[in-house]
Amino acid sequence: MAGSIQDTFFEECEELLEAMDEGLTAIEGGDQDPEIVNAVFRAVHSIKGGAGAFGMEELVAFAHKFETVFDDVRSNKLQLDPKLIQLLFRASDHLADLVTRARDGGQTDAEHHDVLIKALEEYIDEEEEEIVFEPMGFGGLDMGGLPDLPLPDLDAMAGGMIDTASTTPMETLYKVRFHPLKEMFATGNEPFFLLQALSDLGTMDVTLDDSELPGFDVMDLDENYLAWNIELRSKEPRSAVEAVFEFVEGLCELTIDTEEVEASEVPGDADGDAALSALNDAFGTAPAEDEPVAAPAPLAEVAPEEPKPAPVAEPKPAAAPVKAEENTPPPAKSESRGPKPTLRVELERVDRLINAVGELIINHSMLAQQIANLDAGDVRDVEIELEGFKNLARDIQEGVMAIRAQPVKPLFQRMARIVREASSATGKNCKLVTEGEATEVDKTVIERLSDPLTHILRNAVDHGVEKPEDREAAGKSKMGEIRLSASHRSGSVYIEVRDDGAGVNRPRVKQIAIDKGLIPENAELTDNEIDNLLFLPGFSTAKEISNLSGRGVGMDVVKNAVTSLGGRVNVTSTPGKGSVFSIILPLTLAVMDGMVVSVGGQTMVVPITSIVETMRGNDEMLSNLGADGTLLSIRGSFVPVCDVANALGLKDPFSDHQQPGVFLLVETETGQRCALAVDDIHDQRQVVIKSLDGVCGNIDGVSAATILGDGKIAMILDPESIIAASPAAAFDPDRRMSNASAS
Amino acid sequence: MQAQAELRHAEHSEFVSFTVTGQAFCLQIKQIREIRRWSPVTVLPHAPHDVLGVMNLRGAVIPIYDLSARFGLETTEASERNVVIVVAVQDKPVGLLAESVSEIISINPDDIQETPAVDSRNTMEFIQGIISHDGGMVRIINLEAVISVPEQVF
Repeated sequence: MAGSIQDTFFEECEELLEAMDEGLTAIEGGDQDPEIVNAVFRAVHSIKGGAGAFGMEELVAFAHKFETVFDDVRSNKLQLDPKLIQLLFRASDHLADLVTRARDGGQTDAEHHDVLIKALEEYIDEEEEEIVFEPMGFGGLDMGGLPDLPLPDLDAMAGGMIDTASTTPMETLYKVRFHPLKEMFATGNEPFFLLQALSDLGTMDVTLDDSELPGFDVMDLDENYLAWNIELRSKEPRSAVEAVFEFVEGLCELTIDTEEVEASEVPGDADGDAALSALNDAFGTAPAEDEPVAAPAPLAEVAPEEPKPAPVAEPKPAAAPVKAEENTPPPAKSESRGPKPTLRVELERVDRLINAVGELIINHSMLAQQIANLDAGDVRDVEIELEGFKNLARDIQEGVMAIRAQPVKPLFQRMARIVREASSATGKNCKLVTEGEATEVDKTVIERLSDPLTHILRNAVDHGVEKPEDREAAGKSKMGEIRLSASHRSGSVYIEVRDDGAGVNRPRVKQIAIDKGLIPENAELTDNEIDNLLFLPGFSTAKEISNLSGRGVGMDVVKNAVTSLGGRVNVTSTPGKGSVFSIILPLTLAVMDGMVVSVGGQTMVVPITSIVETMRGNDEMLSNLGADGTLLSIRGSFVPVCDVANALGLKDPFSDHQQPGVFLLVETETGQRCALAVDDIHDQRQVVIKSLDGVCGNIDGVSAATILGDGKIAMILDPESIIAASPAAAFDPDRRMSNASAS
Repeated sequence: MQAQAELRHAEHSEFVSFTVTGQAFCLQIKQIREIRRWSPVTVLPHAPHDVLGVMNLRGAVIPIYDLSARFGLETTEASERNVVIVVAVQDKPVGLLAESVSEIISINPDDIQETPAVDSRNTMEFIQGIISHDGGMVRIINLEAVISVPEQVF
């Protein structure tokens, strides 16, 4: 039980850390909205509260310092200058580390921890600094109430009260009207605790206002009809009173009126107790009068869940102006900032569903094939229904894939940290600008993109962006900018890392490739080809191995990771202006539209997205070039022909074969065109992708497999790698150079 | 290793014997998931000669190995009469093409003899032990050695 609650806490931490990062980024971007500062403060505070419940002392202690600094920012005691923002960023990174450590164990950098604590302490007034650590009950946790439990804060406040009491002889009479909305109970808040907390501030007098209570016949059981009028005499400043209700902001109607009064003579513990007993009385009597249905035992919980027909016509207008005056954000605002309601589901369940949908689609094509083979006269009606079945299956499939789809935002936020760390490690000034954070990508893709993106970004900071002085000399701003963007383009996901650094140093890259024997000395390469040498295995341009990106592994790791996701990676660069790494990924990993063709006696599938057009060829359209090169003439332009069967080793290249009759014109990422020669085209259909990982190693020319309507497995071709592996690539310098180096 | 230890401790283990290019081999019955009749497989491009291809086993893509070719014997011309023995190697299903299944034999672990040293590394690696049965010799296959599952990229 405790374990699962703890899991929930860590899941929430992820979200809170995300919210925190988002807030900080907005602040860095110059957003002055106090609500953002509040949001970050709440996130840190909630993490602290939850961590307290589980006794994670180190985390609590750090979160507390962090929070204290933020509290000062919130109350405008501290100005947010860039230096402080940077510190806050580092602190937030460290907080994330501490959370990870609390979850997975392991060591955090103690030195770093101390340095940050010191740095934070510099901003903190000493008197406020007393860490109070009080574990809270687990009761509120499973109600999702973690962020709302106010207790630790109260203690901190109580600590502060003693200081201020001596300086403020005057007491204030606060007239508080507190009317919880039903949303407050839905979030697991408990008015009793709020009133109890309030009673700690001074002496108070509570009266229950049950005037709104309707008759039983119109009572809505989820509605709350009760309000409390509280008269509080306290030496505390108004902010302390407001702080009590901080966590129910927007969840209740709250008005606070103040009157200065003479110090009352008996502000002692006895009074506090008296107030408390008065409070208990209030609670004790309330349910007895209002709701006979309720069991008397859990009074405090049941009492407020009272109904109300016309949602408080009277108190609301009264409350509104005061609220505005108190600068409390109206509920609507906080709601719009809050996340949409979500459901946490085990990934495995979703995957089971995805598999089932995959089977459904295969099943559909089997059925369609059976019906087509059926000699039963007019089956048009059946075919119409079958079409409906197909559309439904596709809807379900899209819906299920949407469950797995997640915005790239958390990934991008992690990358911001990578850039920060990389910049400080290399002594360069870089900032990461992200675009298209809402772009949704399959969860697996996001997970597996983390490593390659990290690598590219570190590379961009380490090798791309120049040192500040060099930048200045080149007439650029000292601060390097790395732009990370995601977007959907025609069935693919594009992810781009664009830096404004020096660009690829082509002569050097080429020289290194020659030195390492990756290309022959006399290779003639276009600029783009030189840039893409970076992805060759065993290539690393760092002059000396830095501890950042030069770890002996080169960008080929990136290429492998992206290729294993069915995507490709490409780099283009402009000297002096910067480089762009683009990663192109398939939208889903599960299903795609393909063209079913036969090649060398085997049935295969070619992804529709890579096909530009298909055509039936004849001898007149073909002309030989050299010994084994063939060109296809299309409307006056010549395109190299690649015999797929040949490229896949499915037939003897020297056998006297008939020229295949059908050509698929495909275009590669680099814009190069090639005609794939196949035996025949059968069909165009949606196919379920079955990974060949774990079945056999990487096969050149094949990206995955699928199951066809007749139950047979068909290979899904990867046109790009077929072209690279075929004699047609003799027209491609890439191929030329690998040929040369092989000989 | 583990399989061998298991062999030793079991009281009487049941083995399924089958022929591969005329030679008798066997696998422990609990290593076998199912036995299917051969049906044409989908050829994998650029595959080694002992990998016949892949087949669809209730929605899963599983690789089919030609045991005979794997053992360095002649390549099997698969036909309807042949069988595919589906086994699990590291929890992944793998199909093994054999000529035909013979019988189920019950073996006392003490009767398992060490593989005599012969001048064939492959054999020594792939054969875990031998048993004398019905006047002939049955070779116990060391499954983990015969089939190595390709590592997953990332």
